[in-house]
Amino acid sequence: MLKFDHVSKVYKGGKRAVNNLTLEFEQGEFICFIGPSGCGKTTTMKMINRLIEPSEGGIYINGENIMDKDSVQLRREIGYVIQQIGLFPHMTIQENIALVLKLLKWPEEKRRARALELLDLVDLTPDYLEKYPHELSGGQQQRIGVLRALAADQSLILMDEPFGALDPITRDSLQEEFKKLQKKLGKTIVFVTHDMDEALKLADRIVIMRDGELVQCDTPDEILRNPADEFVEEFIGKDRLVQARPNIQTVEQIMNSAPITITGDRSLSEAIQLMKQKRVDSLLVVDDQHVLQGYIDVELIDQKRKKASLVSDIVTPAFTVEQGTLVRDTVRRILKNGMKYVPVVDQEQRLIGIVTRANLVDIVYDSIWGEDDIAL
Amino acid sequence: MDAFLQFFSSYGSEMLFKTWEHLYISFIAALLGIIVAVPLGVLLTRFSKGAGIVMGILGIIQTFPSFAILAFFIPLLGVGKTPAIIALFFYSVLPILRNTYTGVSGVKKSLLEAGKGMGMTGWEQIRYVEIPLAIPVIMAGIRLSTVYLIGWATLAAYIGAGGLGDYIFSGLSLYQPEFILAGAIPVTILALLVDLLLGKIENWITPTGMKKMKEAA
Repeated sequence: MLKFDHVSKVYKGGKRAVNNLTLEFEQGEFICFIGPSGCGKTTTMKMINRLIEPSEGGIYINGENIMDKDSVQLRREIGYVIQQIGLFPHMTIQENIALVLKLLKWPEEKRRARALELLDLVDLTPDYLEKYPHELSGGQQQRIGVLRALAADQSLILMDEPFGALDPITRDSLQEEFKKLQKKLGKTIVFVTHDMDEALKLADRIVIMRDGELVQCDTPDEILRNPADEFVEEFIGKDRLVQARPNIQTVEQIMNSAPITITGDRSLSEAIQLMKQKRVDSLLVVDDQHVLQGYIDVELIDQKRKKASLVSDIVTPAFTVEQGTLVRDTVRRILKNGMKYVPVVDQEQRLIGIVTRANLVDIVYDSIWGEDDIAL
Repeated sequence: MDAFLQFFSSYGSEMLFKTWEHLYISFIAALLGIIVAVPLGVLLTRFSKGAGIVMGILGIIQTFPSFAILAFFIPLLGVGKTPAIIALFFYSVLPILRNTYTGVSGVKKSLLEAGKGMGMTGWEQIRYVEIPLAIPVIMAGIRLSTVYLIGWATLAAYIGAGGLGDYIFSGLSLYQPEFILAGAIPVTILALLVDLLLGKIENWITPTGMKKMKEAA
């Protein structure tokens, strides 16, 4: 689908920003380019849509050399999302989403229909079409930024640190949402980032670069298990290498499979009794099918005690991870969002376990003192 | 008051005609200024090295006394409306040019990159992104220069272009204050009205999104 054949970018004065890069990617792959500042990752990405022209070698999209195409035509066939979001403040959301379609001379009704269809992908209501970018939150704006790149159904999308300017929680949810979207639509994504967590979470393959050279190109697991050299090891960081220990893979292996639960129809005093008896400060709320409703904790009960009497009155939605999630992603969620625990659910949102900070301590203990008995 | 009414009854229709002449000279000069300065301003943003030089030269022209410029055109173009319009046009260019240049270069680089990356041609970037976003600044330049032109157009009477300046000059030479006022008051009113009108036009062509953003801020 996308092929780099001995590609270099040489600037005046002989500085080689990218040197002799040869890579090949399949349709539907999510590729992250990562490396320290000035490693040439952004230059590499911008050469794909000719915002920067390659000096040597050839870049091929579906077998066609990009230099043989008109650069404007080429860019209209490739989605492009930038870090600063770059929505046009004087255009409505509809005009922003459908801008490429306008350039491609689609009629107005078709543009509107397409904008509506896209808005639905990110669960935004149709009334957003008439709004202006400044009326949206940062996360919503970047969702629109992504939709804009999908408008003409481009099969290749370039993204330059698209979530870099967002706060950690918004970034986390947008990453998840976007990864799902990408799988569903089967797009090929070239994604530039300097955040290793982001790359590990999103990428099918990670391309690590340094000083314009390719250092390693592999799947996240392979990179974690077999870093090519010390640079890669250092770049990944020791803690992530520990988290990636091969014998612990998915969250089911470390979770506690018998979390303390309560159903919504119980009274708050029953809830408190249960907490006291089990010596916990929060309870997961489930219905009779064992589907997770949320959680309650001591503070919530304390605040709402006067007005509420049933558990269902004060239940609060909880962050969850799905069964099969990698341990390293789970750990990251817990640590980054400052959570005490995270419930594990299956595809039907049924509660199957819980990962608490105590479980994390176990992993750390194993990795420090238990390493001898595990063949790495 | 009687003198005022008497003046009106004898010069009323002539005054209307002079006002029209005045408006005509200023309007044509401003229009020419817009037609030349806006594209030139956009063009200069593409050659930022040349921009300083062009602006510098225009700045120097701007400092020439207007009387001198008008007199300078007499041997070249004779007397009448044409040389007056051309002289005034020179004055209108700089404010519009400078504002267009400032407005267009003030458009965020990230927006230009987004536009280019999405496959806009150079023209489409100007048409859909740069001009709409620079409209408030460009319009400020147009308003400023048009109001100035209406004032300066009184001098055009000196080279026989007509307009309300005729009254002022005859008032000055004959020492008849009512003539001076008959020229000066309509000029002032004209300038205020035109500024008001251009303000409305500015509001009308500024993209809704930008107006809303301003209100929110």
